[in-house]
Amino acid sequence: MAESGAVLNRAVLETQFADLEQQRETATFGMWVFLATELLLFGALFLAYTVYRYGAPEGFADASQHMEKVIGAVNTAVLLSSSFMVATAVRGAQVGGRKRLLFGLALTIVLGVVFLFFKGYEYYLHYEDHKVPGLNFEYAGQYAQAAKLFFFFYFAMTGLHAVHMLIGLGLVSVMLVRSWRGVFTEEYHAPVEVVGLYWHFVDLVWIFLFPVFYLIVKHH
Amino acid sequence: MSAESVTNAGPVGAEPRNYLNESYGVRSWLLTTDHKRIALLYMVSLTLMFVIGGLMAVLMRLELLTPQGDLFTSDTYNKLFTLHGVIMVWFFLIPSIPAVLGNFFVPLMIGAKDLAFPRLNLLSWYIYVFGALFTFYVVVSGGVDTGWTFYTPFSTDASQTHVVSTTLGIFILGFSSILTGLNFIVTIHRMRAPGLTWFRLPLFIWSIYATSIILVLATPVLAAVLMLVTIERLFHIGIFDPTMGGDPLLYQHLFWFYSHPAVYIMILPGMGVVSELVTCYSRKRIFGYNFVCYATLGIAFLGFLVWGHHMFVAGISVYAAMTFSILSYLVAIPSAIKVFNWTATLYKGSISFKTPMLYALGFIGLFTVGGLTGLFLAALGLDIHVHDTYFVIAHFHYIMVGGMVMAYFGGLHFWWPKMTGRMYPEGWGKLAALVVFIGFNLTFFPQFILGYLGMPRRYHAYAPEFQVLNVMSTAGASILGVGYLLPLIYLLWSLRYGKRAGPNPWLATGLEWTTPSPPPKENFEVTPAVNEEPYNYSEFLPKVFAAEEVEVG
Repeated sequence: MAESGAVLNRAVLETQFADLEQQRETATFGMWVFLATELLLFGALFLAYTVYRYGAPEGFADASQHMEKVIGAVNTAVLLSSSFMVATAVRGAQVGGRKRLLFGLALTIVLGVVFLFFKGYEYYLHYEDHKVPGLNFEYAGQYAQAAKLFFFFYFAMTGLHAVHMLIGLGLVSVMLVRSWRGVFTEEYHAPVEVVGLYWHFVDLVWIFLFPVFYLIVKHH
Repeated sequence: MSAESVTNAGPVGAEPRNYLNESYGVRSWLLTTDHKRIALLYMVSLTLMFVIGGLMAVLMRLELLTPQGDLFTSDTYNKLFTLHGVIMVWFFLIPSIPAVLGNFFVPLMIGAKDLAFPRLNLLSWYIYVFGALFTFYVVVSGGVDTGWTFYTPFSTDASQTHVVSTTLGIFILGFSSILTGLNFIVTIHRMRAPGLTWFRLPLFIWSIYATSIILVLATPVLAAVLMLVTIERLFHIGIFDPTMGGDPLLYQHLFWFYSHPAVYIMILPGMGVVSELVTCYSRKRIFGYNFVCYATLGIAFLGFLVWGHHMFVAGISVYAAMTFSILSYLVAIPSAIKVFNWTATLYKGSISFKTPMLYALGFIGLFTVGGLTGLFLAALGLDIHVHDTYFVIAHFHYIMVGGMVMAYFGGLHFWWPKMTGRMYPEGWGKLAALVVFIGFNLTFFPQFILGYLGMPRRYHAYAPEFQVLNVMSTAGASILGVGYLLPLIYLLWSLRYGKRAGPNPWLATGLEWTTPSPPPKENFEVTPAVNEEPYNYSEFLPKVFAAEEVEVG
């Protein structure tokens, strides 16, 4: 406990590093490697989605008509703005702009919460609409089978994305507390950069999720 | 001899400060962030898993002593081979050399104080233990019978056993693999000592690096597909069920996209160890250092492109099968480069047959047999004949047990003095290595013949004409068991009674041999600098001897 308190309150040079510069570059590189792992995790699901969409293109297009396109579009805008806020915060940390840093992190949290709120509301609408596979799935018409798979992947992939958002919100909150206590300086701000990278990645995943689920055009 | 004895002389009097006597108590071990202590934590847990997985193999071999199913029902036998596979693959082989020897020696070999993320390293061990607890639960609560591959639709619809607990355990373990791989990659990139350029790195580091890339890129796909299997089993959505629009083959593609590269997770670290051993006990720089580096990366890369060769009879198209077949043949090239380079290193070397070297030489022979029979299996026509027979079992045990486990034992003996500060008893070591080699071949060579004659895998009963070969195999397994038991006993014995080891008992090159045995907590008194190629024995040895003559004379 004592140790984690120390981490919250001040810059720490871990004993295995020669200097803060090496520590910063190592931390950032570590996050890049982690994002490579994340890419393959989501990649496997995108692949499975693609295989089934290729197998039943009409069914997927039909099911896509039941998506809440407006909420999805608004959420895309919300998330893109949050990435901008993270970028602002990181820049603030780099140049020692405390206000920019705090402002950026706080707004990131607000936008992230807004995103999750809309997402939850959307899930609720699908639940009311009986579109949750494994719980209450009903679908009229010839495409019921494909639609069920479509909605399964929708919930699995956006759900996994939402879990990443929650983790991201936790991380950004820790950064906000540490910034408030004045831990970060022009020399020591690697954690903000690392969390920023993670947030951008989660945002980027959504940029792919949005079109593959919401924007399938149905040809008649 | 006199020169050697000087270097070998252990410290006299009170033990100097080192990572073992730095602090005492359970807390100092369970909350340690020292990579050396974490390596020992892994070693203890892995040994436990190895014993459990090994006991299951013993029970299977006992059942197979006679053609009738007399010891176990077919259901119990299914559970035995499933748990044997799950435990040995995920809880022993994949972490084995990376998590134990890699954890201990990556920082030491690159002149670093620790891994890049020491707390993450400890977390990886706890995740490993947490995943193992799930597996323990499965063992005591009645087992799982799907085979270690969890093929659908059996795993999702038909099996009446604890599939979900097992897949969750492996899912959790996957994070341990990923974080360990991540830690190694970052450490090797960012923490090398001054002057230690990429092409001055020991080959063990190269192999751990290549392994880590596979761990980081392949394991998440396993995590995803195991989640899908779990969800499908719980909610029956139809993801892999063809009657509901799903595709069971997709499961196999995703599973083998991880599990074939995982085979290279289970051999590349062993190759790295063998490179170290061969060059040290030949007293010669390794032949074609750069080629071995590129071959290591080549195997890791090609490993991602060959998964389809597990599915030749699953109904993939002929063109896909041909492509996967050709790509699988390509893996033979970097593998052969390694074998040729090891043998060329031996040529005109000053070879000493110490215990680790016996394991290394055993590895080269057994890996070659395992690799060549892999080519049989990559051939489309022949694979149909031997698919799902004991030929496959023998093939991958030659790689995993004859290769990886031999290398693990070789590495363990080689670095034992550095890890513990004590020498193992050489005579017992050689005897055990010999027993393992004989026992291994007697166990698994007959299985090649059995498979070729048509005995299918995964049955508890078999046709009477296969009995002679099965009896040989079971006899071999009991010899092999003795071979594994011996080191367990004498290595523990050596902790107390073994001769004290000096910093460099083998007169080996490499940074890990420049620091005391066992090393201090921060590894080196001063950060070392490197200004020469690795394995420079032709210059290193005369220097050592000259220095000692001055000292003695």
